Amino acid sequence: MHIQQLSVFLEDRSGRLTELTRILAENDINIIALNVAETTDYGIVRMVVGRPQLAKETLEKEGFSIGLTDVACVNMADEPGSLYKILKILAEKEVNVDYMYAFSNDDVALGVIRTENIPEVTKLLEERGITLLSQHDIYQL
Amino acid sequence: MKRTNKIWNPERECADREEMRRLQSKQLAAMMERLYHNVPFYRNKLKEMGIEPGDIRDVDQLKALPFTTKDDLRENYPFGLFAVPQTDVVRIHASSGTTGKPTVVGYTPRDIETWAEVVARGLVMAGVNEDDTIQVSYGYGPFTGGLGIHYGAEKVGATVIPISSGNTRKQLQFMTDFNATALACTPSYAAHLGESILKEGIPPEKVKLRTGVFGAEPWSNELRREIEKLLHITAYDIYGLSEVMGPGVSMECECQRGNHIFEDHFIPEVVDPETLEVLPDGEIGELVFTTVTKEAMPLLRYRTRDLTRLCREKCDCGRTLTRMEKCLGRTDDMLIIRGVNVFPSQVEAVLMSMSGTSPHYQLVIRREKNLDTLEVKVEIDEKNWSDSIRVLEGIRKQIEANIKSMLGITAIIKLVEPNSIQRSEGKAQRIIDLR
Repeated sequence: MHIQQLSVFLEDRSGRLTELTRILAENDINIIALNVAETTDYGIVRMVVGRPQLAKETLEKEGFSIGLTDVACVNMADEPGSLYKILKILAEKEVNVDYMYAFSNDDVALGVIRTENIPEVTKLLEERGITLLSQHDIYQL
Repeated sequence: MKRTNKIWNPERECADREEMRRLQSKQLAAMMERLYHNVPFYRNKLKEMGIEPGDIRDVDQLKALPFTTKDDLRENYPFGLFAVPQTDVVRIHASSGTTGKPTVVGYTPRDIETWAEVVARGLVMAGVNEDDTIQVSYGYGPFTGGLGIHYGAEKVGATVIPISSGNTRKQLQFMTDFNATALACTPSYAAHLGESILKEGIPPEKVKLRTGVFGAEPWSNELRREIEKLLHITAYDIYGLSEVMGPGVSMECECQRGNHIFEDHFIPEVVDPETLEVLPDGEIGELVFTTVTKEAMPLLRYRTRDLTRLCREKCDCGRTLTRMEKCLGRTDDMLIIRGVNVFPSQVEAVLMSMSGTSPHYQLVIRREKNLDTLEVKVEIDEKNWSDSIRVLEGIRKQIEANIKSMLGITAIIKLVEPNSIQRSEGKAQRIIDLR
């Protein structure tokens, strides 16, 4: 079980991120998690949103450079050692993490993890008892 | 190699070399009379050099004659170099003067006829015949591209769609609804049309194109392959400049080993741009034309500022016409980056040779602390899209390394958003020089 993350290539121009969020707001698309990776010239905005397909189509129409990337969204207990437990499973199988971002709220801690071959990795995590969120779960957030 | 394309005028295009020389000598002698008696600019020059028109009897004597430059055209703006009274001029074209006055050229009815003849030869070289429908997406107007191709295509008997440049959506509609089989435009616009077909999701079977005639800006063989792949056609290079005639001064055949110059109308020479000495065949220098049959505005040894080399060996296609190598670019387009000469077409060749690089790029030249810097803007597109910084930086560094190893210069590579570089419908704006 995996979810689709919205990835946006942004040139380093002022107002570009504002423009992006304006379009999402006008189309009533909720951002659940967001991460920006930047270089001096450009950045990649990665987002978990409520309706990724609609978000992609809408933003493409507005001229944004968009991709949908498969990622694993893990649901962890908000306590020390939760993330370690997950990464240890991946390390044992020599799965390389390309990038990840995480946040916690109340008792829930969510982590978005990008690796090669997401379907296999999510299967592995589920077999080891890790709770993963589905696209449907994301709608509820 | 199996030849399938026809030859429009075998008598001239496959003439014996000696026969061609005799024809050129006769034409040159007649041209000298016209220049001497009808154009004060040339009469004064020739008098100064002690040359009488009757002295010139052989094409070999060309090298003793004076050159003509673009500045000469500007100084005689607009009609100072015309060799016929205005009543005999039926058409005027003018090139966009990005700096200073435009360059003006005139045509008599016979000049228009000659022009149609050479363009017809070129189109037939690219496999166009009376069964074809050709979409002319060059601009119609003072620019010679549109009308030049138009008259040649009608002469061949093809069906012409005179759509001119611009309005890409309409271009695609006409192309598919009218079953266009041939396309003529600038190579950058051809690439844009090809991408637009993909983007609009037009099924490939609705596009009937099989050949294309592209020119008016220097382009690399790598861009040629990209256009051929995008449009499923064979792409041919047509060369010309308004001062000499317009498109149709030379044209590439199926062998794609240089452009055949229609030298029964435009006698080519290649000279050293510094010393102005004629260079032996095979050496790269500035291309010079003498327009021996032109009536309205005949030019003696016109310096094109285009760099190329000549080859006079018979081509596999059967033509004996002298060939010129695909132009690297114009001397005015040449960039000197920290002492290294670079043509935009060379950067293009590097970009196009890498899989997944968009044919849209732009070069920005700056001077920082007395050092020239070259920035190359490259669009990210579907083929190289990634949301991993590691992958994107890998692409960026690879482009940087390839430019360094192939051109010997360090360029700053900037990845930019798709469609952020302005699409051109005419000549592409590849260079922004901020120095």
